[in-house]
Amino acid sequence: MSSVEFRKDLFADERDDNLNEIGKPTIRQDIIGHVTGRSKFYDDHLFDGLLHMRCVRSPHHHANIRHVDTSAAERMPGIRRIIRPSDVPHNINTLLALINFGRDDEQLLSAGRVTYKGEPILAVVADTERQARDAVAAVRVEYEELPHVLDVEEALKPGAPTVNAEYPNNSFDYHDLYDHQKLRFGDTQAALAQADHIVEGTYQMSPIEQAPVETCGAIAAPEQNGRYVCHTSTQALFFSIGVTAKLLDMPSSQLHFIGGTVGGGFGGKVDSHHEPLAVLGAMLTGRPVKYMWDRTEEFRVGAPRGAERWRIRDGVMNDGRIVAREFTGFFDSGAYTRLSSYAIIKGTGHLPGPYTIPNVSSNVYCVYTNRTPATAMRGFGITGVDFAIECHMDKVAETVGMNPIELRILNAYRDGDMKAHRRVAKNCALIECCQVAAQKAGITLSPEAMAASSKEGGGIGWRAEVPETAIDDMGRIGDRRNREIPPEPYGGATQRGSVPAGTRGEAVVAAEVQDPDMQIDPTRVGHAVSQAVGQPAPPTPAPQSGAPIPAPVPAPAPAPTASAPPPIPAPSAAPPPQQPAPSAFAEPGAPAQPQQPYKPEKPFQRGVKRPGVSRFISGTRRR
Amino acid sequence: MALHTGRGFACINYPIGMNLGGDPSQALVHSTPDGKFKVTLSAIDLGQGMKSVTRQIAAEALGVPIADVYVDTADSDTGPHDMGSFASRGTHRMGNAVIRAATEARRAMLEAAAEELEVNAADLETDGKGNIHVKGAPSRSITVEDTAVAAQFNQGRTLAGRGIFLIPPSEANADTGEMSPVTTFAHAALVVDLTVDDETGEVSVQQINSAYEVGRALNARLVEQQLIGGAWMGVSHALYETTEPYYPARDHMPGDFVEYLQPGPGQVADHHIAILERPAEDGPYGGKGPGEMCANPVIPAVANAVYNAVGVRCDSLPITPEKILRGIKANGGARPQGKF
Repeated sequence: MSSVEFRKDLFADERDDNLNEIGKPTIRQDIIGHVTGRSKFYDDHLFDGLLHMRCVRSPHHHANIRHVDTSAAERMPGIRRIIRPSDVPHNINTLLALINFGRDDEQLLSAGRVTYKGEPILAVVADTERQARDAVAAVRVEYEELPHVLDVEEALKPGAPTVNAEYPNNSFDYHDLYDHQKLRFGDTQAALAQADHIVEGTYQMSPIEQAPVETCGAIAAPEQNGRYVCHTSTQALFFSIGVTAKLLDMPSSQLHFIGGTVGGGFGGKVDSHHEPLAVLGAMLTGRPVKYMWDRTEEFRVGAPRGAERWRIRDGVMNDGRIVAREFTGFFDSGAYTRLSSYAIIKGTGHLPGPYTIPNVSSNVYCVYTNRTPATAMRGFGITGVDFAIECHMDKVAETVGMNPIELRILNAYRDGDMKAHRRVAKNCALIECCQVAAQKAGITLSPEAMAASSKEGGGIGWRAEVPETAIDDMGRIGDRRNREIPPEPYGGATQRGSVPAGTRGEAVVAAEVQDPDMQIDPTRVGHAVSQAVGQPAPPTPAPQSGAPIPAPVPAPAPAPTASAPPPIPAPSAAPPPQQPAPSAFAEPGAPAQPQQPYKPEKPFQRGVKRPGVSRFISGTRRR
Repeated sequence: MALHTGRGFACINYPIGMNLGGDPSQALVHSTPDGKFKVTLSAIDLGQGMKSVTRQIAAEALGVPIADVYVDTADSDTGPHDMGSFASRGTHRMGNAVIRAATEARRAMLEAAAEELEVNAADLETDGKGNIHVKGAPSRSITVEDTAVAAQFNQGRTLAGRGIFLIPPSEANADTGEMSPVTTFAHAALVVDLTVDDETGEVSVQQINSAYEVGRALNARLVEQQLIGGAWMGVSHALYETTEPYYPARDHMPGDFVEYLQPGPGQVADHHIAILERPAEDGPYGGKGPGEMCANPVIPAVANAVYNAVGVRCDSLPITPEKILRGIKANGGARPQGKF
């Protein structure tokens, strides 16, 4: 039996727990409809005369389309329309065109060339799904197979087959400058040279399927006045409207999209592939059209969470402090960009994980390969690198012979620390999570680890500062076509330079309310609004050495005895200085009990069992 | 041949909201003639409870009972723009938009009530049960319903509000990667206990102990649902799932749930969760959004626990019995690392 408790004792001074509705285990507004099968999902909107759409798909990883013969399919019963690439009014798009990120690189139906197994080249609209499937099977396509590439590092080598015509180097172009996204903070090379230990690892996350119970799809039908209604499973209603309006070259005011009740998404329902095809089908036939993936399509041509490969190289001191961390990352985007390029920026902003490390660098590549394009999934841009980082932390702990939880608390980021993306950390709670999880599992931590706090010891000395940073020009767009270049940070650079210490811009915060009467009364927001958040570190002296230490690179390896104070304060060696306020963990090992832990009224039940009734009953369809 | 127990740990933080901003959400709130409130959105409820959490936020910000609030979402003819339900942005972005819309509507409501009670609107407060009264004088009160009737039929006033929340867009630097990725982070730490059978390579997750910091659990049950379901997904990702078992080769792709493995009900481990709440300054009532992060710590914790049990590091997912057995064989037998 699982259990849930609320640790209301922690951070209690930052919260008002006496709100009327917030925090209550209120029953869902829509749950009765869901459990009685009455909620309408997109597939419950049935129309008289509904037509069904299926796609003709590439059987090859990479091929030219020599000839398409639809004559037999056209003569089959019930076939209403065969939709070709030339029927799509503006047959090129990239998902993130809506935020002006990247170039259009993907067709709705592909003409001329296919670049992954399963790529759609034609859509067939028929009276029944069976007829549509039969017609798809009757379409004859003559292909000329081309060399393909499936591995991300192979794809980056000179001479690899070009996958995506818009990005002929097989990598997304970042900032019109580099074939990868860089992160540079301090000088990892110098710091690695002075570390006691180098810990390296390579981690591979395999592609997985979002696997929603409701497969992706849309039903479109002509409305009045030249408008089209579309019932959709999309996770992003206006995203899908924008994509549809662009591909079909029509004003968005002609589109009426309805959704919002979705049978699981997990990221796989952002791609907006079904809505434009269903609306196009309705436009071309004048009839309601449904385009819905079956389970096999969901698995094989639905965009998965892409594979990621990460290499990490850490410089670690004998006492467990990590002084340098280098990443090299490869996102397998598949044949088209979709959202992978953007997830890489998100992932880069996440590095080096929830730790304060004075020297961090990373190169991350969005690589095109001849496979199903990848897209978002729960944790997009973060899950893969978190797997790598947290496996790696255990290797570091083993290398220096430390308890893995204490190693993390030692290196954890705290309020006021400077992060590698040059913004100040605030609202941290990693240390407290480590302490509570350890306590729940019955793991005894050292008194120092139990006394640590996210609110104390951060933002002091070097921890608050942006170090002088070594930069380089390696991996300019197209360089890899001509020669092999090591993908690691600084690898194969022809020029190096540096950015002065302290260089950073302002944090971007929420836009102000447009009208004062939308501003919530500060007494009603339910939590303390700290004055110090986002401000530079308080002028507290550094714990051991009084002088500020701007240099990012650690001093030469400290002597075995603690005679020379290391430049990096080691919280495990000494308790945080002059901290009068005992936090929630004032009594190590015996945190206060929550006052009123939340408990479910009834134990969880898995599934519903009624004699003689299918567990999968979903109610009656209505028109 | 033996079952080896192993224990693994991992901790993570998670960025909330679309990276680099530029992802607005809008909300509209208006009252019916009898003082019920409609919240009109284009947010998507994927099952995560978007409708419920925005309903609670609206009720809290308006100061009315939740039964008097209804959320209508995702009809593009009526709902204002929203970027969508992804990137852990739903609760954070839309929640704030709803607060702003509800705050404006509340202000109109208090002004209408002030006119009826002949007092200053600043002296009024709501009791959350459907009444508006003078601060310190609960007997001088008017119901929300009477206020709405008076506003619409006597005063000619709408009880309505608009809200938008936006983190303005910014860019990453090409040379240093400097950026303002997000404004807040959620946190988690987790201990996995499992067994590994050194004869079959089979892993059985026995128990999970975790701590998740979510800013504010806006709805206790919805958070619980996310965390328990998310941890299941993490176990599944770590041990079972892949669309390409021989990646990067594309052979043997599964085509249905028979071939695509996931843990069944009998393989769901007990999960003991502690929820921590450190409110995010710009989160709605401090809320961050637990949905995406909850699987992340499970995956490396399982990998670390497998190493702890038999001394095999599986650095590629999923951690199949085949990989474990090959590792044990290469090591010349299982090498338990000992509990920490």
